[in-house]
Amino acid sequence: MKSHALIRIKALILKESRQMLRDPSSILIAFVLPAILLVLFGYGVNMDAQNISLGVAMESNDPASQRLVQTFQSTSYFDVEVARDRRELLGKITSGNLRGLVIIPQDFASRLASKDASPILVITDASETNTANFVRNYSAGVLRVWQMAEAREQGNETSARISLEPRFWYNAELETRNALIPGSLAIVMAIIGTLLTSLVVAREWERGTMEALLSTPVSPIEMLIAKTVPYLALGFLSLIGTVAVVIFLFEVPFRGGFPALMLAGGAFLLSALGQGLLISTITKNQFVASQGALITAFLPAFLLSGFIFEIASMPWLVRQITRIIPARYLVTNLKTLFLVGDVWAVLIPNVLFLLIIGALFFIITLRKSPRRLESD
Amino acid sequence: MTPASISVVHLNYMFERSKTLALSDINAEIYPGRITGLVGPDGAGKTTLMRLMASLLVPGQGQITTCGYDTRSEPVPIRECIGYMPQRFGLYEDLSVIENLRLYADLRAVFGNEREEAFERLLTFTDLKGFTNRLAGRLSGGMKQKLGLACALIRKPLVLLLDEPSVGVDPISRRELWGMVRELADEKMAVVWSTAYLDEANQCDEVMLLNKGKMLFSGTPENLTHRVGGRVVQVRGVSVEAKRPTLARLLDHPDVLDGIVQGAALRLLLREESGIEASQMDLPHGAELSHVPPNFEDAFMDILGGGPGGRSALAERYDTLTDDGEPVVVAEGLTKRFGDFTAVRDNSFSIRRGEIFGLLGPNGAGKSTTFKMMCGLLKPTEGIGKVAGIDLRHSAGKARNRLGYMAQKFSLYGDLSVSENLRFFSGVYGLRGGEQRKAIDQMIDVFELSAYVATRAGDLPLGFKQRLSLSCAMMHRPDLLFLDEPTSGVDPITRREFWNHINGLVQKGVTVLVTTHYMDEAEYCDRIGLIYRGEKIAEGTPEELKQKVASDENPDPTLEDAFISLVHSSDAERSRVE
Repeated sequence: MKSHALIRIKALILKESRQMLRDPSSILIAFVLPAILLVLFGYGVNMDAQNISLGVAMESNDPASQRLVQTFQSTSYFDVEVARDRRELLGKITSGNLRGLVIIPQDFASRLASKDASPILVITDASETNTANFVRNYSAGVLRVWQMAEAREQGNETSARISLEPRFWYNAELETRNALIPGSLAIVMAIIGTLLTSLVVAREWERGTMEALLSTPVSPIEMLIAKTVPYLALGFLSLIGTVAVVIFLFEVPFRGGFPALMLAGGAFLLSALGQGLLISTITKNQFVASQGALITAFLPAFLLSGFIFEIASMPWLVRQITRIIPARYLVTNLKTLFLVGDVWAVLIPNVLFLLIIGALFFIITLRKSPRRLESD
Repeated sequence: MTPASISVVHLNYMFERSKTLALSDINAEIYPGRITGLVGPDGAGKTTLMRLMASLLVPGQGQITTCGYDTRSEPVPIRECIGYMPQRFGLYEDLSVIENLRLYADLRAVFGNEREEAFERLLTFTDLKGFTNRLAGRLSGGMKQKLGLACALIRKPLVLLLDEPSVGVDPISRRELWGMVRELADEKMAVVWSTAYLDEANQCDEVMLLNKGKMLFSGTPENLTHRVGGRVVQVRGVSVEAKRPTLARLLDHPDVLDGIVQGAALRLLLREESGIEASQMDLPHGAELSHVPPNFEDAFMDILGGGPGGRSALAERYDTLTDDGEPVVVAEGLTKRFGDFTAVRDNSFSIRRGEIFGLLGPNGAGKSTTFKMMCGLLKPTEGIGKVAGIDLRHSAGKARNRLGYMAQKFSLYGDLSVSENLRFFSGVYGLRGGEQRKAIDQMIDVFELSAYVATRAGDLPLGFKQRLSLSCAMMHRPDLLFLDEPTSGVDPITRREFWNHINGLVQKGVTVLVTTHYMDEAEYCDRIGLIYRGEKIAEGTPEELKQKVASDENPDPTLEDAFISLVHSSDAERSRVE
């Protein structure tokens, strides 16, 4: 009888794989969607501030203010538009054409000479809070550079003696892309794992094939194994493909090892597949299941995994919620593997946690799996 | 005495969600070597009973034993010994024919020589040898049915459960299916065949007649028809104009229990076995009475206590429409192509005022496509469709306002109440204010819906769903009616009630177009167009079609015989041309 069970599992795996390969949507989800997401995250999402359009109202025309404007113009952070009167530029802030406005008042030089407080006004468009912060901080930086230059000019070296010397570890150029793309792999895996499998049990119900399967000697555990294996394989393929694209096309450094990557990816895939199968088993309806997968897997992976929004800066309650989001552990693992290397002390606990979540999902799914139809 | 393959003892089964009794106090024994028919209209409990036998559901009260195992506690051994074909065949549409067969062979542990032999035997029988690599989803309805049957038979089961295997297929495939089951079932196998077609019951060795969850009869079909022996008569020689008024009058006659239109004749079930004279029944001049052999439906009606009479409150309140002699519906060379597939080819017909015209054909023959073109829902690739003199190409909307449309199955809003449905559909057809209220009140009155006005349409009993569908199609007083398989699968009383209304409306001058694959429904029509593979292969009154194929061996063919024979000669012609 045991061997019959093996033959049944093999037959079901074959059936499931054929259905998977013949269904264009599974190929779409496994290969085309990741490609679109990677391009989006790789080229579209860029959190580094470059060429922010800034207006400078140069209402005083002394050499000091001219040098200040030149300092603003010489940095690549800003695209500077200079005007003589602030009124020319205020409208452009409202229309969103300028992200900030620096006003150098008429009495700038005279006040500076009299050692009064610096009267420079910086206006930012705070409807884009991130950009507004950039404008503020970079403007302050530009001012500091200018002040030091002025001090040197006047032979006063003391104020320039201490300088900050920052080193960015693991991502020396501080490129967000390098931190973002490994994280985006987690999103891709969450979609493949959960969205794909969320459809497979529901599909059997909708097409009336579940009734026929239940009338055969197939047991729920055989069905569950058969529905997991092909999608696990597809998930690994997709993982390898996307990692290759990330390393060779986007030139993100990969400092870990291949076995560790497979281990981290596999552990997450199991939990995602389990989650998808559970959703599918409970809903019995492809539409509801796909919505359920998006809400319980894709959105949390997107918002709460630390991929875009840093977990440390979330409120306490939300921080606690992130602890049960599987994608969070994968994001950490992937960032570690890409940017740092095989740090087993980080990887192992995360993998263990994912395996436990996965096992839980599978056990619950099995308990919810039907041995019979339900009365309607 | 061989032990029963399935025994059902005091079975009760309750639908949990709606708290209605699906099956009540069923007792039955099913024996090997026979085909047992589970016969009854939709909603009778056939599928539920079959799932209970397959141990896919657990009995509420009572007990079912299948192959000697209790369905409640021993599902695993039961699944080893049954073959089950659910209503939608249980096929994987994205797998090929042979892949489906291999899957089920693996699942049921059929290997080695046995496997090869089974494939060979089943593929030969199903005529699917030439299609082994075709995806199951691309097979025709009849072929899917055969493949479903083959998958259920892959390992010769002790009990073969077939849930409505013949629904919707053409009569030819239906006959082939019966032949296959007869041939493949042996003396060790018990076959349970559920069907809503009462005419199939005669082919079964044993019959269990179910209605509304109760078993009305169990035994051989002969035993059942025996009870109405000598009480079924046919009235011939009534003119076309007089046949419907005569039937309506006869149905209210105290000696008549039931009656239907059968082509040009009327079929009556009498209350008592007595030689009633034509003179007593006030028949039109020239009419003759003759006894005919009873069928299953006559007996069913007898058990149910007779039909609903002959009155139609709906038709009585309808204004008589005047006939200007022009045809009301005209189709000229209608053709519809989807890509390189021709769904309908050069279809022409015309329907006079007050006539019932039927498009008869199997599923997928092109009936629905023709129908949609005549409603203005699809644009014909070639040809012209006219309704009440309006060209559908130019003013489909205007034409639609003149017609009432009743779709196949139940296509009202199940989540809306009865009165909300009535309000919505009357509004859609442009009724407003007092006129709208009057139309709705009239329908509630005519169809006795007053107890259900606040009920969700989806929760209505089947008979009332049927009434609501018809009332939604009739509120704007259309002068023609399009009916898409209006009464397939409904119980015979609801069907008679429905056709009473149609018969009455036709007498007032309403024109009716019916599509159906259901022979009984076709018998109600004045004229029939036979549709096969997108083409109209024959047209005429039911009598003319039957006469066309009458032969020495079969001097009095049924409409089904006519259909099969005409399709065969069409196929022969086609292959000669090719």
